[in-house]
Amino acid sequence: MTQNIKVEKTVTINKSPEELYRFWHDFENLPRFMKHLKAVEVKDAKRSHWITSGPLGGSVEWDADITEDQENELIAWKSIDGADVNHSGSIHFKPASHGSNSAAPNANRGTQVKVVMAYNPPAGAIGDAIAKLFGEAPEQQLGDDLRRFKMLMETGEIATTEGQPQGQ
Amino acid sequence: MKALCWHGTKDVRVETVPDPKIINPRDAIVKITSTAICGSDLHLYDGWNPTMQKGDILGHEFMGEVVELGSGVKNVKKGDRVVVPFTIACGSCFFCQRTLWSLCDNSNPNAWMAEAEMGYSPSGLFGYSHLTGGYAGGQAEYARVPFADVGLFKIPDGLSDEQVLFLTDVFPTGYMAAENCDIQPGDTVAIWGCGPVGQFAIRSAYMLGAERVIAIDLVPERLQMAKDGGAEVLDITEVEVGEALKEMTGGIGPDSVMDAVGMEAHGFGLEGFYDRVKQAARMETDRPNVLRQAIVACRKGGTVSVPGVYTGFVDKIPMGAFMNKGLTMKTGQTHIHRYLHPLTERIQNGEIDPTFLVTHRLPLEQAPHAYEIFKHKQDNCIKVVLKPGQVA
Repeated sequence: MTQNIKVEKTVTINKSPEELYRFWHDFENLPRFMKHLKAVEVKDAKRSHWITSGPLGGSVEWDADITEDQENELIAWKSIDGADVNHSGSIHFKPASHGSNSAAPNANRGTQVKVVMAYNPPAGAIGDAIAKLFGEAPEQQLGDDLRRFKMLMETGEIATTEGQPQGQ
Repeated sequence: MKALCWHGTKDVRVETVPDPKIINPRDAIVKITSTAICGSDLHLYDGWNPTMQKGDILGHEFMGEVVELGSGVKNVKKGDRVVVPFTIACGSCFFCQRTLWSLCDNSNPNAWMAEAEMGYSPSGLFGYSHLTGGYAGGQAEYARVPFADVGLFKIPDGLSDEQVLFLTDVFPTGYMAAENCDIQPGDTVAIWGCGPVGQFAIRSAYMLGAERVIAIDLVPERLQMAKDGGAEVLDITEVEVGEALKEMTGGIGPDSVMDAVGMEAHGFGLEGFYDRVKQAARMETDRPNVLRQAIVACRKGGTVSVPGVYTGFVDKIPMGAFMNKGLTMKTGQTHIHRYLHPLTERIQNGEIDPTFLVTHRLPLEQAPHAYEIFKHKQDNCIKVVLKPGQVA
């Protein structure tokens, strides 16, 4: 049983659109904060190869192309025709406050980042795997991914307690 | 290392656990020399927080010596004596940049839990359940401190552990609570709760220009300590507090009121909120009375300051009194980082000696006993300082 999944989430990050655009534009950075992405390999200016974790330690892979690219404003991508997974996504960068009032330094609130992701898993085993990966609370998954993106951009690291001591 | 681990309601044990290690570049490891038990630890002890897990290391009031640094920490060095704010803050988000440190956007790895309950997440906290990050606490021999470049405060020479230990929480918490009273010359401040936060609030209110402080409690030694701090005191077992306050203020009421008790019985989780609240309310009917009583007792146009910890819903808050009297409420976890320098200066200037608070000094190994006497206010216990490494 497969279903189409589409999620959209906005987060405000205390960095300029330029810095955020530049970091995201290198898709190889995405696995640093997107939990299900194992790796992305950028092949050329347009094409990239995506690998997500799959069931039983396996993986699901596809190629995607950048379909729209407006510097510091928007990046959109889509899996190529015939890929195992029909995936598309876009990220939009918008200054979180308008104008720069030097008398009010706090008026600068960074950048509003909106991400839209869609997966249309095919019928069959791969579709089931994708549906399983992204189908449970997809909004929260994207929200968590974007929170980690924000942490990484604002603080240079991702807050965690993994590996800390604990009693028996 | 040795650490005090939570295992369930009224079940804490000193255990041997692995030493903490650097996980992120901005981490530091601190070897703990002094660590206190906070009143708010008691509601974890009493089992009110369902996001506690077996084995969690408690403690959020600790200090010590830097023994290891991540590659991103440049402002302190190994061997420095430091205090550690109980709120964990990144220093670079919207909130930190406005000195709202306890509202840091980036320090709670479990922000989703807090968002489910509160809409948005406050900062991560040490040793204070998984709702605020699940960070291992400081009632231990060592602790890992994230964002150490922002959090660690180097102690000036010549100050003892006990003079600066309470900068981690209760001194700034009492001070911010007094600031939140918006004290004007001539003001009378009424403070419910003479625990450690109330004690510092009394002294801070005077520092901030209050003319009178009236402190309210029922434990004799706490009322005595409040008197020693210059407060007039009311024993709730002897007087009707609202009437007494009205009489003492010439029929006007206190200009500001403070709830330094909190609704400690009302911790609860992400599911089944309401039933648990109702249940808790039946079991602890006196607790929300403080906030109700304070709102009703406050003079018209006055301010209600709430440093006491609340974690969920409260029933029957007199919103009619609050609205029609035109009151203002100020609250929040303390923005500790904001107060470290100014309050250290007050200690150095001799304006306050925080050591007045300490009633018990015990080895870390005796922490379970310390929780018991603190909880039951036995042996005149007001504040316990635990010393890791000291022989039991």
